[in-house]
Amino acid sequence: MPEFSQLTLKQITAGLRKGDFSSRELVQAFLDRIERLEPQLNAFISIQPEKVLEQADQADRRYRTWRKSPESSLPALLGVPVAVKDVLCVNGLRCTAGSRILENFEPVYDATAVARLIAAGGLILGKTNTDEFAMGSSTENSAYGVTHNPWDINRVPGGSSGGSAAAVAANMAPIALGTDTGGSVRQPASYCGITGIKPSYGRVSRYGLIAFGSSLDVVGVLGQNVEDVSRVFNLIAGHDPQDSTSVDAPAPNFSPDQPPENVFKSLRIGVPQEYFISGLQPEVEACVKTAIKLMEDYGALVEMISLPHTEYSVPVYYLIAPAEASANLARYDGIRYGPRLDADSIQAINSITRGEKFGSEVKRRVMLGTYALSAGYYDAYYGQAQKVRTLIKNDFERAFEQVDIIAAPVAPSTAFKIGEHTDDPLSMYLEDIFTIPANLAGIPGLTVPAGLDQNRLPVGIQLMGAPFKEDVLFKTGQAFQSITRHHLEKPIL
Amino acid sequence: MIPSGSLEAGGLGDIIAPMTLTIDEVEYIAELARLSLRQKEKEIYREQLSKILDYAARLNDLDTASIPGTFSVVPHQISLRQDQSRPGIGEEKLLRNAPLTEEGQFKVPPILD
Repeated sequence: MPEFSQLTLKQITAGLRKGDFSSRELVQAFLDRIERLEPQLNAFISIQPEKVLEQADQADRRYRTWRKSPESSLPALLGVPVAVKDVLCVNGLRCTAGSRILENFEPVYDATAVARLIAAGGLILGKTNTDEFAMGSSTENSAYGVTHNPWDINRVPGGSSGGSAAAVAANMAPIALGTDTGGSVRQPASYCGITGIKPSYGRVSRYGLIAFGSSLDVVGVLGQNVEDVSRVFNLIAGHDPQDSTSVDAPAPNFSPDQPPENVFKSLRIGVPQEYFISGLQPEVEACVKTAIKLMEDYGALVEMISLPHTEYSVPVYYLIAPAEASANLARYDGIRYGPRLDADSIQAINSITRGEKFGSEVKRRVMLGTYALSAGYYDAYYGQAQKVRTLIKNDFERAFEQVDIIAAPVAPSTAFKIGEHTDDPLSMYLEDIFTIPANLAGIPGLTVPAGLDQNRLPVGIQLMGAPFKEDVLFKTGQAFQSITRHHLEKPIL
Repeated sequence: MIPSGSLEAGGLGDIIAPMTLTIDEVEYIAELARLSLRQKEKEIYREQLSKILDYAARLNDLDTASIPGTFSVVPHQISLRQDQSRPGIGEEKLLRNAPLTEEGQFKVPPILD
């Protein structure tokens, strides 16, 4: 029996059912590991050890009852600890969005994605670190300290779901929820050598997700492999009347046991030429191309495609996302929740509280967005960005008429050093160049590990699919993991 | 690691002029956004925002005259529910996180003189 914290989600649920170990033993193992590694990694903002152990005991009682009549049904994740990015509300547990402006905020309801995990028997270990309001690509913008990459603590885990990615990579949680607005699940999954899904927009309810960019935000899942991630995805996906943008799409029909030859033969893989540019780290290019070649060896049909408007993705995103953020963050006013820096007028309370309690990246983006939406500039900036967004979306639509899946790098490099981009915001924004397009188009994207560079830093490969075609991504990713061992590599901790 | 050619401002169209914000403009934006900034911050943001907006101006390279904007990537749908009242979250919960309340209300300075 391997150390509990090293088990996959699949092994955990099987072991709990068989009675090989109890939920309490399992949860205690994760809590012990968190205690040991947190001083180095800072992956969590809040942990609830007493509550989660109590819930583990309840789960164990339920298992004992179930074993007396094992034909009865059992919630799929009963007794399984999970980590949740600190932008998703958990009732009664502090939710900060990585910001001082919500430093003592306690949600009064569960986000739908969280509620579904809890209904399935999942236990919330704690809330993971995030760039403030999910704005960032490194988890350096958190008011609660930087999260360190388990593969090299002098480097970032990626962002904004860096806490969730580090937690899974370091086996502090078997599975974690994250969010992806411009790459914030896929890129940290790549930097931390784990698997991460950004579902199609509309797949998972955003109810209870602290909003950043409402036309872009998606709740995603990070885990050790495709099978684990797809299981949890199935639990949280599905129409929610409380989110008017959630879509009633049929659940992906994905069976993890197909032989890889069956999956790859006649799978049409598109390789976008615009993603293979100078400036791509050579080892990233090599790992991605090797992965594609392997799939081709197993029967896939690989062709170069063009997504001609790729280069405009970053400027489009850095107008639309801040514009939407400026509206979404207007509610943090020092009056309804959070700290209040008192003053003689409402406007002064708003301005002083926000000026003091928002971090610099948030203020930068709120101002960018305010400018882009202001009178006289709306059409030139926001309006134009939305039109170019249509061109980007159309590029993908055309591509998916010819191919089933698009394979590409996730990021231009492996994990960069802490502090490397903090002096130049624009250089940080350019790190998102390969992940942003999927958010603009609303399509799903999956990161799977594809190797390590010479510094033993993970490289991921990104698979993108047509809207609501997560099944094709899972099928392909799972088959890839059945013929490679990259996802089995672990950081030395 | 920056992709080549990305940092130079592309062809500036006639819609957006060469981009350098003034401090006055930064102060105006900060006022609209209700952000109180220190003098040093204003200068830093002036420089950073100018650079980002300058970079974003390359969108004018593209002819989008006949292209509609994408405001949502899911098909527009009307989501209505039955017109039946149902319990809300409740006053206590809604005020629980508020920094200053009185008699079940958020307390604020006077709005009218």
